[in-house]
Amino acid sequence: MADAVLFEFLHTEMVAELWAPDPDPGSGGKRRSLSVLEGLGFRVGQALGERLPLETPAFREELDALKFLCRDLWAAMFQKHMDGLRTNHQGTYVLQDNSFPLLVTMGSGPQYLEEAPKFLAFTCGLLCGALHTLGFQSLVTASVASLPACKFQVVIQKS
Amino acid sequence: MSRPAHKRPEYHKINKDLFVLTYGALVAQLCKDYEKDEDVNKYLDKMGYNIGTRLVEDFLARSCVRRCHSYSEIINIIAQVAFKMYLGITPSVTCHNSSRNEFSLILHKNPLAEFVEELPAGRSALCYCNLLCGIIRGALEMVHLAANVTFLQDRLKGDSVTEIGITFLKKLDEKKYRRKK
Repeated sequence: MADAVLFEFLHTEMVAELWAPDPDPGSGGKRRSLSVLEGLGFRVGQALGERLPLETPAFREELDALKFLCRDLWAAMFQKHMDGLRTNHQGTYVLQDNSFPLLVTMGSGPQYLEEAPKFLAFTCGLLCGALHTLGFQSLVTASVASLPACKFQVVIQKS
Repeated sequence: MSRPAHKRPEYHKINKDLFVLTYGALVAQLCKDYEKDEDVNKYLDKMGYNIGTRLVEDFLARSCVRRCHSYSEIINIIAQVAFKMYLGITPSVTCHNSSRNEFSLILHKNPLAEFVEELPAGRSALCYCNLLCGIIRGALEMVHLAANVTFLQDRLKGDSVTEIGITFLKKLDEKKYRRKK
């Protein structure tokens, strides 16, 4: 089956159609313009988090949850692992993917850098949703310096 | 390059779920954005059309399908190759009329609606899987086969099966194609 292709085309179409409108506009227009896609990703992430096999019944530490995202979630979604995971041990993590599948088809280098953030909002929401299922509240943002590499910054919110 | 992830059997299911769950979230969002079911249906069809115009290139590159010489041959390709490739199911095919341009695909399983028990309250006219109609119509149009594609039966609406009707709008010029072969 070629499920990955269907998801990629659907994702592209959602970016094209949904990235602009936000039915609840608030302050900060730029940030909010991606919130619909992030909201969709959050719901999907929550559901995926429930479906992935957990080898330990509960994660003792945040780091285990983040490693789970880098290995198991990424392997299930994109058939590869994240390339890097760094942390300041104060609740901030940077997940690095040197060849992010949803950006690979856009090319390499700086040509489409302006459009790239649109293609990351859904995945930011997805990571946030998966963490929520695992019991962690987080704020996830993404940055691209040069396609197709990107970084997801995860800040775990203290309850 | 990163180490190749080990192929757990459950990962394949998750990858399939990713599309189905994403689609479900999209439909939920559109139902929130639009009051009328027909607007949601139209939107899904339009998105599907845009996907279909691109997906057909992927399909032709992956499969070894060559030019078809009849509508029934085309429908069989859709049912046995395309649906199998992308959704893992093989619908049944029926033909409706003697001029052989009206067909149906009978979906005994519908992976797109796998996690949907029933339509949301007050959404009786929603065609949950209308994306599929747009995809088929867009893909066919890119190979110069104009068609109307609609749901004739829907399990989510209480029917026993899900049925997609496909009506080809132009007469297939068989002589022309035979000459080129």
